[in-house]
Amino acid sequence: MTATERPIRVLIAKPGLDGHDRGAKVVARALRDAGMEVVYTGIRQTPQMIAEAALQEDVQVVGLSILSGAHLELFPRVLEELRARGVDDVLLFAGGIIPEVDIPAVREMGFAGVFGPGTNTADIIGFVQQHAPRRA
Amino acid sequence: MSKSKHEWGETTHAKATARAKERRERFESSSGAEVEALYAPEDLAEWNYHEKLGYPGEYPFTRGVQPTMYRGRLWTMRQYAGFGDAEESNRRYKFLLQQGQTGLSVAFDLPTQIGYDSDAPEAEGEVGKVGVAISSLEDMETLTAGIPLDQITTSMTINASAAVLLAFYVAAAKRQGADLGKLGGTIQNDILKEYIARGTYIFPPRPSLRLVTDIFAWCKDVVPEWNTISISGYHMREAGCTAAQEIAFTFANAIEYVDAAVRAGLAFDEFGGRLAFFWACHSNFLEEVSKFRAARRIWAKIAKERYASKDPRAQMLRFHTQTGGATLTAQQPLNNLVRTTLQAMSAVLGGTQSLHTNSFDEALSLPSEGAVELALRTQQVIAYETGVADTIDPLAGSYFIEAETDRIEAEVWAYLARIDDFGGALEGIEQGFQQREIQESAYRLQRQLETKDRVVVGVNQFTTEADRPPDILRIDPEVGRKRAASLAALRARRDNAAVRAALDRIRDAASTDENMMPLLLDAVEAYATVGEICGVLREEWGEYHEVMTI
Repeated sequence: MTATERPIRVLIAKPGLDGHDRGAKVVARALRDAGMEVVYTGIRQTPQMIAEAALQEDVQVVGLSILSGAHLELFPRVLEELRARGVDDVLLFAGGIIPEVDIPAVREMGFAGVFGPGTNTADIIGFVQQHAPRRA
Repeated sequence: MSKSKHEWGETTHAKATARAKERRERFESSSGAEVEALYAPEDLAEWNYHEKLGYPGEYPFTRGVQPTMYRGRLWTMRQYAGFGDAEESNRRYKFLLQQGQTGLSVAFDLPTQIGYDSDAPEAEGEVGKVGVAISSLEDMETLTAGIPLDQITTSMTINASAAVLLAFYVAAAKRQGADLGKLGGTIQNDILKEYIARGTYIFPPRPSLRLVTDIFAWCKDVVPEWNTISISGYHMREAGCTAAQEIAFTFANAIEYVDAAVRAGLAFDEFGGRLAFFWACHSNFLEEVSKFRAARRIWAKIAKERYASKDPRAQMLRFHTQTGGATLTAQQPLNNLVRTTLQAMSAVLGGTQSLHTNSFDEALSLPSEGAVELALRTQQVIAYETGVADTIDPLAGSYFIEAETDRIEAEVWAYLARIDDFGGALEGIEQGFQQREIQESAYRLQRQLETKDRVVVGVNQFTTEADRPPDILRIDPEVGRKRAASLAALRARRDNAAVRAALDRIRDAASTDENMMPLLLDAVEAYATVGEICGVLREEWGEYHEVMTI
């Protein structure tokens, strides 16, 4: 990162009703330790709340974590709400328990990275640094 | 002349390590305490058998709560299950009972746990996913159809909406003609750990604690065999805390519940015997065995010294154990069978009263039927083939096990003193203390995995190319629509004037100290739903919002 570039801003969010926040918090902390500005929403966020936070916080990256199996229902709803607010130039990634057979569908929705259990946080940091849209 | 451990360390052991270094500079327990090369009589120099252990079935219960332990009766093999709608889960329970499972354990979906009906907008995408969707007494009747409720015991993982789900269950049992005096089972009903780790809270702490004590008081008279709470360390452990933190934070919560019940006018010995506990069992085998033993000793002391208990039944730590979901890996998933087997073995050597063994595919998806059956078979092999259940507390007296049991006990007392200092578990939660401690431990563990200070086979060592993903369980996406239709039919069919009257009485009682349970039972018998009842209480009590700690 050069001196003129501002730090990458990331939103880590938990859509749906599940309270498994260990992974989301570890990832938020690791990205912050890597120099990024990270906003963590907390659990039980509606798609509207997440999209609104992404807009207000002016993030370049949105990471969604879900472990209840509701990803195929809830991820598209979050994307709809983001688009409705004109938030389209963001890097999307997903984590949690997402069965292998669902990964193509999740990528198809526009998630450039899907990180399951056992992922090294260095891989997520590298992914975000490489793919986050640059802002002046 | 006999040699001391210290002399051995300076001579024979020092010579060996000078020739070849040990595998690590320092060996550690889950909490970072040092594990020495050797434990010997010196480590137990001050140790007194009668004070520290005593005998099974006697204070301080270190060796076990029953005089015969597994020689009398094996632990209850209780697999947590439930998915889809009530009909589908009822079929799974009957299958598990036919396979030799000895008790039911109901998993509810998240909307039910958070007090939303299946047709609520908040429930979208979540209906029937992590458990069964139960919105009304009608659903509970379907769930338990053909299962005689006075002959089995049922554990229900339900917290914020526990009072309503217990009312459903009791009402369903009444309709079966069951003798309520014999109705056995457990509700988790542990709201404090929801604020710390599990996340299915609804109301703020004060009214939530009032519901907990209402349940204690009501059950004592109406369903005296019911375990009114299962105070749980499991979810905090899964969120990343250490073995000692698991015990400490759980007992701090237990103290908060007991104090609330005492303030509400109950005597400790009146309800102490109906308190149950729930632990995780992770992979550090000897530390886990020691943890269970230490926990029994600490709880007995808390009961006797803090609450002046005179009744041994109220001093016994009875607990359920589940193997560690967070220790399962998506990589090389069959390895999870081995992990679960070892974890289950340590829970048995630690003297658990009941046990859930995880399915090997749970890091990939909700468990499939074949994997669930294998998990149950794991317990049966331990119980019937290994001989570990044939003598009581067989690891007692091991220098290491006893030193480790003492070490965990000391760590737990230190945490309890800290939590007492700032005014108890609830105050700690409101300040984010426990949440931060757990987060720190989780992050430390993640770092250790990434630097390979801690090895997980198939994840950061001995890795292979991805293998074929196993079959997974997929919840029928139609279940949400089916549920909405059946709820609409129920709302059209029931006596809605009676439902409204019952809900009004609940609203009126919310601001008094009247016991809510009889009112809830009336409402559910009129077919009021969990969403309607919790909706009224939400309006009266408000909702809890997470303390942000990151």
